[in-house]
Amino acid sequence: MTITDSTLSDHAGREDQGPADQVAVSLPVVTFAISPERYRHWSLEVDGEIATATLRVDEQGGLVPGYELKMNSYDLGVDIELYDLVQRVRFEHPGVKAVVMTGGLDRMFCAGANIRMLAQSTHGWKVNFCKFTNETRNGIEDATAHSGQTWVAALNGTAAGGGYELALACDQIVLIDDGSSTVSLPEVPLLGVLPGTGGLTRVVDKRFVRKDRADLFATKSEGYRGATAVEWGLVDATVPRNAFADEVRRRASEAAARSTRPSDAEGVTLTALDRRDGGDRITYPHVSATIDRVRRVAEITVSGPDAPPPADAAGVLAQGAAYWPLAMTRALDDLILHLRTNELDIGTWVLRTSGVQELVLAHDAQLTELADDWFVREVTLYYKRTLKRLDVTSRSLVAVIDPGTAFVGLLLELALAADRQYMLDGVYEDVDPDAAPATIRITPSNLGAYPMGNGLTRLASRFWGHPDQLAAAGARVGSDLDAATATDAGLVTLALDDIDFEDELRIVLEERASLSPDALTGMEANHRFVGPETLETKIFGRLTAWQNWIFLRPNAAGPDGALRRYGSGQKGDYDLKRV
Amino acid sequence: MSIDARTGPAPSPTGPLSQIDYSERIPNNVNLNGDRRLQRALEGWQPKFLDWWRQLGPSLPTKDVYLRTAVAVGRDGWAHFEHVPMEEYRWGIFLAEADPDRVISFGKHRGEPAWQEVPGEHRADLMRLIVVQGDTEPASVEQQRVLGSTAPSIYDMRNLFQVNVEEGRHLWAMVYLLHAYFGREGRDEAEQLLKRNSGDLDSPRILGAFNEATTDWLQFFMFTYFTDRDGKFQLGTLKESAFDPLARTCEFMLKEEAHHMFVGTTGVQRTVERTAEVMKENGGAAAFEQGVIPLTVIQKYLNFQFSVSMDLFGSERSTNAGNYYSSGLKGRWMETRRKDDHELLEDTREMSFVEDGKIATTTVPMLSALNLDLRDEYVADCANGVRRWNQALEDAGLEERLLLPHEGFNRKVGVYAGQPVSPEGEVLDAETHAARIDSWLPSEQDRKAVADLMVPQYELGKFASWIAPPSSGINDQPVEFDYVHLAEEGLA
Repeated sequence: MTITDSTLSDHAGREDQGPADQVAVSLPVVTFAISPERYRHWSLEVDGEIATATLRVDEQGGLVPGYELKMNSYDLGVDIELYDLVQRVRFEHPGVKAVVMTGGLDRMFCAGANIRMLAQSTHGWKVNFCKFTNETRNGIEDATAHSGQTWVAALNGTAAGGGYELALACDQIVLIDDGSSTVSLPEVPLLGVLPGTGGLTRVVDKRFVRKDRADLFATKSEGYRGATAVEWGLVDATVPRNAFADEVRRRASEAAARSTRPSDAEGVTLTALDRRDGGDRITYPHVSATIDRVRRVAEITVSGPDAPPPADAAGVLAQGAAYWPLAMTRALDDLILHLRTNELDIGTWVLRTSGVQELVLAHDAQLTELADDWFVREVTLYYKRTLKRLDVTSRSLVAVIDPGTAFVGLLLELALAADRQYMLDGVYEDVDPDAAPATIRITPSNLGAYPMGNGLTRLASRFWGHPDQLAAAGARVGSDLDAATATDAGLVTLALDDIDFEDELRIVLEERASLSPDALTGMEANHRFVGPETLETKIFGRLTAWQNWIFLRPNAAGPDGALRRYGSGQKGDYDLKRV
Repeated sequence: MSIDARTGPAPSPTGPLSQIDYSERIPNNVNLNGDRRLQRALEGWQPKFLDWWRQLGPSLPTKDVYLRTAVAVGRDGWAHFEHVPMEEYRWGIFLAEADPDRVISFGKHRGEPAWQEVPGEHRADLMRLIVVQGDTEPASVEQQRVLGSTAPSIYDMRNLFQVNVEEGRHLWAMVYLLHAYFGREGRDEAEQLLKRNSGDLDSPRILGAFNEATTDWLQFFMFTYFTDRDGKFQLGTLKESAFDPLARTCEFMLKEEAHHMFVGTTGVQRTVERTAEVMKENGGAAAFEQGVIPLTVIQKYLNFQFSVSMDLFGSERSTNAGNYYSSGLKGRWMETRRKDDHELLEDTREMSFVEDGKIATTTVPMLSALNLDLRDEYVADCANGVRRWNQALEDAGLEERLLLPHEGFNRKVGVYAGQPVSPEGEVLDAETHAARIDSWLPSEQDRKAVADLMVPQYELGKFASWIAPPSSGINDQPVEFDYVHLAEEGLA
């Protein structure tokens, strides 16, 4: 058996079974809530400033029947655990300043995404899976960059495909030098698809591997062993077994020494989410969603806090997971993932906020004031990541700003993330003529705390190419902007009075629902990310779009395609036309 | 004011009060009183409409005109007649009576209840259809604004103004739909309907035929016969629409449109009668010098107006038309009387076109050829009038006849666009065609000679030399009835 067979084949010894059947498996409702005592694949061990995350996949622990997770290959369930782990090590372990990621199998780090799982999955499942895993890897990089929690990949054995991409998300990569372990991206030569979690991008854009070498690397299924991998920049070091643990430790300690995280702080336990799911009505404290299946719309409401924020950092820490910005963010994050994965037909999300603006603003100001506090910083970073999740969500997002809404400061970001913003000019005369007309407010947090994947704030993205308008919006920080002013400032799509408002909204949503979901996904993704390319925009744009195209092509996913035939003993039978 | 002891005084009104009681001024059956949206629509739009009417409506000053005003939609007595100053004409908003059980009769939604609101999916298309239809209504008023000063009789002048005010009402009907169902975008479009002007280089009307000036009364009659008839057929397809308010609006408009057809049919007929009379006396062709319009020139006018009206139906093959049909937006003429599956997914039909210098036919999917389907119905209807006119020639003992030109003659739109087809349907070479065009279409000279005949005749019961009197007056009034009272300055 060649190295590639042993690393990529999740069903070595099961060749008697033909290629997977793509339609036989019905998909479960996926839940993203998990906690360490229920982990089946990952474990976290904390030793002072350094934690070790170990992947030892339970072969029988697949999320969906039909495949075994051999060779430390992963599926969505494995990645849900990883996501939870990355979150918890940030919030629950403030003293951890470096995290070592390693594999728990002998001479095997990770074989990447499970091929049989991919082969049997629908297109939508594959796409959602890739999106979520990409977000988790971006989160790992975010921890290194902004949390003072540096991730170090300790490749105790071969890292193939998605396994190597996991390593690429870490700040440093150490590969064991045992004469056989390699790093590789065998997707193109073996499976006829691309590495789906940023491998191609990070090899050239993060690790600065020369493009001809990257080309060799990505077409050589068995990959490269230590010496070449180091020379080309694919890994940072390669070390024999006897020195491996020390080298990893040394690098982790060095990174920890540079960290600004406190050594003696108490962590915040991410308690179980209080989520009530009635099918068409999902509620959390501070977030709720109502699904209208006929109109294919989810009405999402994010509620403001019930009380003023605690007086100081200690008070904030004491509130822990109940601290409104964190509780709201966790609920929103979970809801986005739930709707995205389990409610594929619900194509439009209508975003509303509710609550007392002063209380939202007080929390917003506190997040800025206490930005140096480790916990507050984590909360802000988490909200930033959650907004980014919204940005890359393939749903039409429509913000509705009417009386009683609280689109101010951090919650204004939700409106800015939306594809369109509709604001009621005045009040609903027939409902509550005495209501205060809706206003929105820009605060300093809108000017930098929550950048998008393109590195720009949502305001800067909105006014891309119009620095004068961006400056004008910045000059309005702190003022309540009514419908006329908000329109004037370019912050809303349309301000309408109550005579037109509801009908317009109804028609807009119906119109949206009639358009091709695929075209909308592509269109929205093109419009949302203006300006400079970053690693993230390349991964969610260039890589994802190409990958999703390839996923639909017969050369990969057809009955004779490489992905479907993998493990059958036959190679893919390609249509040789270049398109 | 007395106060009822049991109920006490009426509460003070709240909210902004309208200056004008529009429900009083505007006859309607759309519950104008109780609809804030409509109230506002009319408040904003009516003054602009009146400005437009003053600037681009009939230019001849009149005191009042004996006009028909729609006051209801019932079978009996839907309109009443009286002398009214045109500016005070009560442009009303009427929808044909609602059928609460109406179902969609064609397309993929066939059998579903008709839509009472605009489905978002079809907003853009429906608005476009309504805007295009609406744009034609004021256009013809603009095209005809100077005709009053050359009216061949007071009777004809009254008919012109009747057509004008009713085109104005049709504009109201379309504007009502835009305001009531299309929100702010609809209101913007409604305003644009008044901003575009016929023949305006910067801001012309949407359809080409509505940017041609109406130079004389013969053209006016031809216009009301051929071009308004296109409108009738378009309304007939919209009357089938799944969008019920549009369907009901158009159904009622068709009722008024019948009068415009009448003006055209009888106008041309009376012109032909007068010419025939002179021809009979001459024992041969009649000439301009004898105060009538020669039959050959009438034929040229007919050729022109028929061919430009044919262009209004759009391309023979149209994906839009098929989509409109499948989506339920626009049906076929007499949709419910057609004996087929009303979906047409598998149906085909023959279509003529020019190939290698000959007229050939090809088989095309029916759904793609619905413009052609409608146009064929239109041509058949046009032929009826021509037969009637020929009857007048026959009654005068003449051999000459008027003819509808071939569908390919003088076309600028569709498969015949630019093809050198003669009125008889021969495909000529381009040179021959160009050399003979003046014998088929009115030349500058012809138009000038016709215009020279257009001297006003304002004496009651008298008619200009080129046109015969009608057999009866309007609304059982005598022909010499004082249908129009001109303003002092109009008489000068």
